[in-house]
Amino acid sequence: MIEVKNIDKSFGDTQVLHDVSFKFERGKPNLVIGQSGSGKSVLIKCIVGLHTPEKGQILYDGVDFSAMKKKEKKKIRSQIGMLFQAGALFDSLSVIENVIFPLKMFTKMSRAEMLDRANFCLERVDIINKNNLFPSEISGGMQKRVAIARAIVMKPKYLFCDEPNSGLDPLTAILIDNLIKELTEEYNMTTVVITHDMNSVLEIGENIMFIYNGNNHWVGDKDSIITTPNKEVNDFVYSSKFLKLFKEKMN
Amino acid sequence: MMLLSMFTKPEKLSVYWTRLMEEMVQLGVKSLGIVILMSAFMGAVIVIQSATAIDAAWIPDYTVGFTAKQSIILEFSPTIMSLILAGKVGSNIASELGSMRVTEQIDALEIMGINTKAYLIRPKIIAAVLIFPVVIIFSMAFGFGGGWLAAFGTGLIPEDQYIVGIQTFYDDNLWMITYALIKTTVFAFIITSVSSYHGYYTSGGALEVGKSSTNAVVYSSVLILLANLLLTQLLLI
Repeated sequence: MIEVKNIDKSFGDTQVLHDVSFKFERGKPNLVIGQSGSGKSVLIKCIVGLHTPEKGQILYDGVDFSAMKKKEKKKIRSQIGMLFQAGALFDSLSVIENVIFPLKMFTKMSRAEMLDRANFCLERVDIINKNNLFPSEISGGMQKRVAIARAIVMKPKYLFCDEPNSGLDPLTAILIDNLIKELTEEYNMTTVVITHDMNSVLEIGENIMFIYNGNNHWVGDKDSIITTPNKEVNDFVYSSKFLKLFKEKMN
Repeated sequence: MMLLSMFTKPEKLSVYWTRLMEEMVQLGVKSLGIVILMSAFMGAVIVIQSATAIDAAWIPDYTVGFTAKQSIILEFSPTIMSLILAGKVGSNIASELGSMRVTEQIDALEIMGINTKAYLIRPKIIAAVLIFPVVIIFSMAFGFGGGWLAAFGTGLIPEDQYIVGIQTFYDDNLWMITYALIKTTVFAFIITSVSSYHGYYTSGGALEVGKSSTNAVVYSSVLILLANLLLTQLLLI
């Protein structure tokens, strides 16, 4: 489990996060939702240590990340898998080399063992016979899946996904969402997904935090989000015409 | 600060060794073609220009070879070639690192727990410092070769006189080459560290990657010229 307590983060005079607290539970996808610019990505970057918050605590299974020694931080980082918005695959490496990379850097596995593990992960995300292609030679959806394979290759305890289905068609987006959910349960990971896609919310939103102007404005799940009277959440959820029509029919 | 944070224990030595070898090929071996081509042509032009300029009966023919040697070893190969490498290698490094930054590849490495400066920049600097002197020796050799071809092809001076000119003050040649290689090593460090800095700290998008690349070349070139003046004063006077 990951817990953030009273996080504050500013860039210059702009306060992006203000007193954010939340518990990200193990074994289920935890969603951070909100409008663009609301501070979702900054929050995730604070949690993984790419940004340092001015105030507050980030607890990995009860241990404060900021109080950890360098070696302990390194250990936690080796247990983190991250899926970036654009995949962030290494351009100069082939698909298989991208997935092998963390194993190469942090394990003493033989080449054959690394290939076995990487192939297993690629098959798990349904990428077959693409090992020698480079990221630029595969589609956006495939890049995301390869990035997921790379994120899980070290069997992480924590998985972070920054807008995993941005730029994907609805069908591929649902595939990616379900894949994240399945892997979370399979590896019993603490998974944090940032999204502003309502399809994802309704598909895998078991524990949701809604960020509004840098605050955790609302907390709930995929069922309570469509019935909540909270105005800001309603504005966000029913911003799509389809959901607005759906709500009117339901009423 | 950037350079200091590079000096950490490598996560895995074998991976860093492979990176070093790759960078030596990328920065050095792949630059050989353009260096050889330019050096040969410049060597030829230097000989033709010197031969036509020193067209007096009382000046011995070997002076042309001597002039070519001085120009190639002291300035053309180490400095002009380094400026050309700043354009080729510097922009390559800055755009590579800049693209990695804006596409979050550097963030991905950092989250894995890798010291990105040590992993991405250190091999480039070490590789350039080791391989650029070799590239410059090739440049000198092909510069002389180009000069010889010009002497042979145009008949402006006899070939043997050209070779005598090259060999004149033989004892000084070793120091001149050492001086050139010292300069090259310093220039290699400037090109890779300045370009890496501009690439690594790129923020924004494709436009900023282009700007970083341009800045890398401009700053590297200016620093090379300043270092050239400084080193020449320190080593030759």
